[in-house]
Amino acid sequence: MSDNLVFRFDVQGNDFTSAGQASVQVKKNLRQLGLDADTIRRVSIAMYEGEINMVIHAGGGVAEVIVSEDYIEIILEDRGPGIKDIDQAMQAGYSTATETIRSLGFGAGMGLPNMKKNTDSMEITSTIDVGTRIVMRVML
Amino acid sequence: MNAEAFAKKTGFKTVCIPSPDKEVEGVYIGDLLSWVMGKAEQGNVWITIMSNINTVAVATLADTSCILLAEGVMPDENALEAAKTKGVNILSTPLSAYEAAMKISELLR
Ligand SMILES: Nc1ncnc2c1ncn2[C@@H]1O[C@H](COP(=O)(O)OP(=O)(O)O)[C@@H](O)[C@H]1O
Ligand SMILES: [Mg+2]
Repeated sequence: MSDNLVFRFDVQGNDFTSAGQASVQVKKNLRQLGLDADTIRRVSIAMYEGEINMVIHAGGGVAEVIVSEDYIEIILEDRGPGIKDIDQAMQAGYSTATETIRSLGFGAGMGLPNMKKNTDSMEITSTIDVGTRIVMRVML
Repeated sequence: MNAEAFAKKTGFKTVCIPSPDKEVEGVYIGDLLSWVMGKAEQGNVWITIMSNINTVAVATLADTSCILLAEGVMPDENALEAAKTKGVNILSTPLSAYEAAMKISELLR
């Protein structure tokens, strides 16, 4: 069995200048690996939305991308406030983002739906006042 | 048509064009980043009035061919710097998004 490739990033909370940097880096890395454009795009979109959520809703976190032979796995983990009602959060248009955050173009409430749409599997575990962990997979 | 030829033919102001060879195909209009992420297609001209650094990240990840800032909007310093290093083309026009899209539609038809 060949070794998996792992990319790991610290995502700064409430830093809107560098927000998305981890995703842009991952995209670059995946390109260098020669993966097909559609796969790269799906991973990029899913990861960006998850990264932004950690920035705006969770005070930052850690992102890990694992490239295996059969799939790319994105793991996003934060120690933010957690998500009270995951079904509600998954609804298109639902957002708790503030006016300030919306004025930057975020907070459309389409992040989690975009993540779901662009991945083959997505699992959210969240505990109030403890944090949120999201594991997504894109099959190769 | 590539981004450079597109800029020339439309007469839109070139703010920066670090990736002149990107193929231009179709248009997406929107200011909400997650909508753009979810809906814009590769090669689209992305017309928006959002000019902060986050639009540059979205353009990179969504593979748009260029950002077209409507209504005479110009990028802030951070955004311009990021666009140059990440290879994101930025054009600007005094036209509204609607007028700009009409003009592009005529050209790409
Ligand atoms: N990592 C997270 N920690 C806490 N809450 C989150 C997190 N991710 C998402 N949420 C909650 O789920 C909602 C919907 O998320 P999303 O679909 O990405 O929309 P948006 O980010 O535009 O608000 C957010 O407004 C927020 O309340
Ligand atoms: Mg979001």
